[in-house]
Amino acid sequence: MPPIAQPEIEEEIRRFLFESFPLGDDPAGLANGDSLVEAGLIDSTGVLELVGHLESTYGIAVADDELIPENLDTIGYIVGFVHRKLTGAAAGNGSAL
Amino acid sequence: MAPPSEFGRDALAIDCAAAADAICAGLREIVHGLLRLRGAVVGLSGGIDSSVVVALCARALGPERVLGVLMPETESSADSVELGRLAAESVGVEAVCEEITPALDAFGCYQRRDAAVRTVIPEYGPGWRMKLVLPSLVGSDRYRLFSVVGEAPDGRRVEARLTATAYREVVAATSFKQRVRKTIEYYHADRLGFAVAGTPNRLEYDQGFFVKNGDGAADVKPIAHLYKTQVYRLAEHLELPEAIRSRPPTTDTYSLEQSQEEFYFAVPYDTLDLCLYAHNAGLPAAAVAPAAGLSEEDVERVYRDIEQKRRTTRPLHLGPQLVEPVPEIDAD
Repeated sequence: MPPIAQPEIEEEIRRFLFESFPLGDDPAGLANGDSLVEAGLIDSTGVLELVGHLESTYGIAVADDELIPENLDTIGYIVGFVHRKLTGAAAGNGSAL
Repeated sequence: MAPPSEFGRDALAIDCAAAADAICAGLREIVHGLLRLRGAVVGLSGGIDSSVVVALCARALGPERVLGVLMPETESSADSVELGRLAAESVGVEAVCEEITPALDAFGCYQRRDAAVRTVIPEYGPGWRMKLVLPSLVGSDRYRLFSVVGEAPDGRRVEARLTATAYREVVAATSFKQRVRKTIEYYHADRLGFAVAGTPNRLEYDQGFFVKNGDGAADVKPIAHLYKTQVYRLAEHLELPEAIRSRPPTTDTYSLEQSQEEFYFAVPYDTLDLCLYAHNAGLPAAAVAPAAGLSEEDVERVYRDIEQKRRTTRPLHLGPQLVEPVPEIDAD
């Protein structure tokens, strides 16, 4: 099965963030480069929630050393991280999901 | 030799006699003048903060108008009652002991928490002990996510990252401890016509290290403006027993012993005191790093953590919010 395309990941991540955290009325109002933690949108419990969501939705395991802002602090980073994990998994064992 | 203007740990020095006098005057004004109450109830944990508060209340209001309440439960540390009683005795205050295990059992505190722990450590069961831990903030920008450490009866330890659901459930269930204790404090306060004196120091108050409507609830918080280092100095000035002054700070909340920095704070309290003081004074990280014994980058991390905790714990400080004002009532 081919990995999910980045626009689909972004749409799903936006939906998850919008449903889980107080982002206001307009999910599109959050730019791909906005820091989720600095903006006070998610806290450390929120990061736990986000990681749990990524692991269960995309079938990936997020290692401790991957819990860094460069992977998780903006929508853009999250999409890139998930995509890399999925394509890496696909290259490694042939099944992304 | 360092120039006198260099920032150092002496920045937190206080005139203990003047600080104690000011707090006592404030306590009398608030308890008698504002609240129109006769005395104060203090929950005693055997720790430095509650010991200093009971000593200040005794000095301000008279020892016969202060009641200390010891509230052990099956998982609290054995010396909590002993040291709490010692604190009360040392300042001539009566102390009563209320065992809260039956109340916690009735609320399902232990059972609900253990069920949540089992979702990440399936073998966790009778005889096991546990605590929550955070990785250190020093030297890394990694997000600090809570893990649970379980210890089997044979001493074997298992650590697992918590899910958000399990984390919230563990914290919510454990908060029964602080809330039951506060309920008992208010029982005694109501029957005696006393106020409840809360015991947070500045670190705890500023960083939201308390349970809303649990240890965060009180009528007066006499040492909330004092850094923890200053509370220790005051304890010395008030001649509290050495056994209390030398006890390391602990949360005394989980069945495995747990330091406060393991659970909540980024660095040990004396370092955090210094960083918080410097951050409040607008000092750059580079000026603080040598005295704090941290790199400039780590002081920046501590500054960011301070700000993030202020943001995320803001709701804990808020009282019930009204949709429309009721101008006749001044609830502040």
